[in-house]
Amino acid sequence: MKMLELKQLYQGFRDPKSILAWSEKIKQEAKDLKCKIRVMEVCGGHTHSIMKYGINQLIEEVFEFIHGPGCPVCIMPKNRINHAVLLAQEENVILATLGDMIRIPSSKGSLSDARSKGADVRFVYSPLDLLKIAKENPNKTVIYFAIGFETTTPMSAALLERVEREGIKNILFHINHVLVPPPMEAILQNQDVHIDAFIAPSHVSVIAGSKIYEPFVSKYRIPTVVAGFEPVDLLEGLWMIVQQVKHREARLENQYKRSVSFEGNLLAQEKIEHYFELRESFMWRGIGEIPYSALRLKEKFAQYDAERVYDLPYEVVKEPKGCICPQIISGVAKPLSCKLFGIVCKPTSPIGSCMVSSEGVCNAYFRYGNLL
Amino acid sequence: MERVTLACGNGASENNALIQRVFFKHFENQILIQGNDSAILPSLSKMAFSTDSYTISPLFFAGGDIGKLSICGTCNDLTMMGARPKYLSASFIIEEGFELKQLEKIAQSMAEECRKNGVLIVTGDTKVVGRGHADGIYINTAGIGEVIYEGLNPQSLQHGDVIIVSNSIGKHGASIFSQREGIDLVSHLYSDCASLFPLVQTLFQSNLTLRALRDATRGGLAAVLNEWARSSQTCICIDEKQVPISDEVQGICEFLGLEAYALANEGTFVLALPKSDALRALEILHSHPLGKEAQIIGEVGGEYKQRVILDSGYGTRRFLDMPSGEILPRIC
Repeated sequence: MKMLELKQLYQGFRDPKSILAWSEKIKQEAKDLKCKIRVMEVCGGHTHSIMKYGINQLIEEVFEFIHGPGCPVCIMPKNRINHAVLLAQEENVILATLGDMIRIPSSKGSLSDARSKGADVRFVYSPLDLLKIAKENPNKTVIYFAIGFETTTPMSAALLERVEREGIKNILFHINHVLVPPPMEAILQNQDVHIDAFIAPSHVSVIAGSKIYEPFVSKYRIPTVVAGFEPVDLLEGLWMIVQQVKHREARLENQYKRSVSFEGNLLAQEKIEHYFELRESFMWRGIGEIPYSALRLKEKFAQYDAERVYDLPYEVVKEPKGCICPQIISGVAKPLSCKLFGIVCKPTSPIGSCMVSSEGVCNAYFRYGNLL
Repeated sequence: MERVTLACGNGASENNALIQRVFFKHFENQILIQGNDSAILPSLSKMAFSTDSYTISPLFFAGGDIGKLSICGTCNDLTMMGARPKYLSASFIIEEGFELKQLEKIAQSMAEECRKNGVLIVTGDTKVVGRGHADGIYINTAGIGEVIYEGLNPQSLQHGDVIIVSNSIGKHGASIFSQREGIDLVSHLYSDCASLFPLVQTLFQSNLTLRALRDATRGGLAAVLNEWARSSQTCICIDEKQVPISDEVQGICEFLGLEAYALANEGTFVLALPKSDALRALEILHSHPLGKEAQIIGEVGGEYKQRVILDSGYGTRRFLDMPSGEILPRIC
C-alpha cells in the first residue's frame, strides 16, 4: 500500500511525452531571446537530475547551467572533516554520519580510512538510528556528525528531542548544519559570476518555505523559482524562468506547490529554533567565511555538543594542488575546466569532494557524461 | 546439542557428531559418505572450476538464505561459463553459539538447491571460531562443472549483437537493503536468488549462438555491461525503458537515492547473442519461470568505445558508469 504511494511521487513526472512537450514549449517561448539564460541550480540534487535525465541536452540552446554550492558534502571545509576523523579516533567512540561523508578526503584521511584503521564509523539513513546504536552500546559515546542544509536539520532536532526526553547520556552532536540563502548571496557578490536566474530546491522549502528566497527578488531582482527534482518539475520550473526573463520580471515562484508553501513547515522550524542558533560565521569550502550561514547548538544544550565536550583544533587546511572544486562550487568554473577531472580525479580516487558526493557536480559530470 | 560450541570444530567426537548430524544427513551421497581426506571423482572431459565465499547479513532473507545463496552462487558461476555443475566443496566457518536449528535450516536449503542443479557436495570442512570473531556463519563453496557449451567469451561481442536480461533487476540488492535497514515498506519484495542452470541449459540445447553470459551479481547490470564493453572494446547501448525494474525495487531506489542498475542480483543473468537469434532466445527464456521477465534491453554498437550508454527514449543519452565504492544512500 505504502509502495503505491511512493510510486505516485515520481510516476508521470518522468513521462517521455511530457518531457518532450515541456522542452518544446521552453524552446518556443525562448525563441526571441538574444542570448542564453544563465541559470544557477543551487542544489546538487538538481545538478544530478539535470545531468541524469539529460535536461541540459534537451534545452541547451536556451539555458547555460551554472552549478551552485548546494551540496552539503562538497562545501564542508576540511578542518571540519578533520574534527570528524579526530572524534572517530577517540577511545570508546562510535561516530555516525550520513552517506557520502565517510568518503571525503581531508588532511587526516577520510572517515573511511579511519574505519579501516579500527575506528568505529557508521553511516545511518536517519539520525534516529543513533538511538538504537546508543542503546546497544551503553559504554560508548555515540557522536552524530550532523551535516546538511535546511532539509536534514529537523532530523537532528528530532534526535536531540528524543535524547533529552529519554534521558540518554551517551549521544553527542557535532553540528555542521548550514543554510542555503547565505552562500547564494555570497556568490552574487562575486564579480566573476553572472547569474540571470535561480532554480531553488523544493525539499529545502518544504521545511523553510519559499519565503527564504524573497531577498533575491526584492533586493537583487533575480527571477527565482522553487522546483521539484523530477524532470517534468524541473522543466516546468525552467519554463517559469523563461517567462520571467522574457517579460523582464523578477518574481519568486513556486513550481512545487504540491508540497511547498510560502511559510514552510512551521513545526519543524519551531524545533530548529528551540535547539539551534546562528553561528557568527562559518567557513564554506570554496567560498570562504560567510557570516550567519550555519547553525550550532544553543548554550543551554552545551552538554550534548561534541565541539564543547572535546578539545578540537581550528586549523586551516589547504585544498589539494590543482583541484578547482572551490571555483566550481562558487559558480566560476565547470568540471571540464579542471585538469584533474577524469584523469587523476575519479569517483574511485577522488581528489576533491565534488567528485565524491552523489550530489557533487564533478561526480554528475563523470557519471552521466554529456553526450551531445 | 542445541548450539555449536568450540568443541564442534576440534576434529574430535563433537566435530564428528556435528558433521554426521547435519551435513552428512542433508548432503548424503556415495562420494561424501566415504569421509576420506579428499574426494575421488570420475574424470570429466573439459572442466570449469570456481569458488566463492558467502558472508551475507542477514543470514535469512526474503527469497533465500546464506545456504541457498552459497549453492546458487557457485553453480551459477559454473553455468555462466557453459558448464553443468557436477561437484561442490562446502566449508563452514561458524561462530560459537550458533543455533543448530539454524544450521540445519541452512543445510536443508543447500541440499534443495543441489538437487535443482544436479550437483553433489563431495567434500567439506567445518571450523568454529569464538563468539564475536564471525558474524554467525560464513560459507565457502568451490565447484567443478563439465563444460557442455564452449566458446562463451565477452571478448567475442560484435557490433549488432543483442543484449538480453533474463529477469527484472535489483531484487536481491533491494530486498537485502530494505531488510538490513528495517525499511518496512514492501511486502512483495524478495531476492531473486535462484539456480540458473535448469533455465540456461535450455539455451545450451537450442542450437542458438551465444556470445557471452554473466550473472549480474555484485555491481549489478551496470558492472556486467561495463566489463563487457571494456573487454570487447565495444560500446553497448541500452534502451532505458526496456530494462525491467519492478515497482518495489524502484520504490526502494527512490527512497534511498540508489539506481537499480547497480544493485546486486542472484538469479538474473545478462546474455549477448547475434540479433538473428534474439527472438528465439527470448521465447525460450519466457517459457521458464525464472525467465518470464526477460527483455531485450539493447545492443552492441555506438561511438563511445568501452562505455555503456543509456538511451532515455526522449532524445537524451548518458553514460551508465561502473559502480564504485560502497553503495551509500543520499544525504538530502
